[in-house]
Amino acid sequence: MKSLAELQAIRDKMQGQVGLRAESEAGTRVIVGMATCGIASGASPVLNALSEAVMTKNLKDISVVQTGCIGLCQYEPIVEVLEPGKEKVTYIKMNPEKAMEVVEKHLIGGTPIYDYTLQKAMK
Amino acid sequence: MMTEISLNVLDITENSVKAKATLIKITVEADTAKDRLTVTIDDNGCGMTPEQLSKVTDPFFTTRTTRKVGLGVPFFKQSAEMTGGTFDIRSEVGVGTVISASYVLSSIDRMPLGDMVSTMHQLIVMHQQCDFLYSYSYNDRRFTLDTREFRETLGDVPFDVPEVSRFIKDFLKENTEEVNAGQMII
Repeated sequence: MKSLAELQAIRDKMQGQVGLRAESEAGTRVIVGMATCGIASGASPVLNALSEAVMTKNLKDISVVQTGCIGLCQYEPIVEVLEPGKEKVTYIKMNPEKAMEVVEKHLIGGTPIYDYTLQKAMK
Repeated sequence: MMTEISLNVLDITENSVKAKATLIKITVEADTAKDRLTVTIDDNGCGMTPEQLSKVTDPFFTTRTTRKVGLGVPFFKQSAEMTGGTFDIRSEVGVGTVISASYVLSSIDRMPLGDMVSTMHQLIVMHQQCDFLYSYSYNDRRFTLDTREFRETLGDVPFDVPEVSRFIKDFLKENTEEVNAGQMII
């Protein structure tokens, strides 16, 4: 069973690693829409899959965060990828499988998946 | 309509976060003798005026400007009432809001509880400005998670560091399994 002693050990290991926070904010931000519209269309398993992937693949400079409703409810679940110095990529109608593809091809591989973007749907 | 009770909890708790709550108490209690599953979300956020409170179960009321409907509270209310259960919301400006939904456990119309572990993990890691007190019980077995204890142990190490995030998820998972003891609420 997990105990607070284990948490203490994590803390001891982490101490001295200054700038944990500052580093993550300078990196890539993956933003998941988590208002009623997002949650009702399945955003929670998407957010879960993304944060699991970041944890297990140990992706250092990527932070997964959430936002509210951006007024595109019909396209939820929406995932936005913001890389420093690059244009924002908006993925629509996501699910955990598509999210994993985005992790592999876009976040790790560096190439956005055009087929899943809002840009393609608007065309 | 949400497909799981845990998704309603996730959605409703976002309101507490937006209301700038610093402590959010979430309680999930299953009682097979009373045939009830009760979910309570109690926050110390900004609260609502009596006028806002009277409109909050109206699907065409929202404080948002991005869309004209507000379905979070109506969904939660409907999910409990359709099982023959009850729904209650109390709020006071400057004090906070308490929302309670009570489901008839054995009702065929009760949606599954869903993944409370992921819901709590997401809430805790994504909203580090808030403290959470989560209590989960099945009949007389209970476990409690208090992020204030985590914070005290961790000092300035944040919850979204992968190792800490993993600890929180495993802590939730192991304790939930212990409480369920093979009799998990579906």
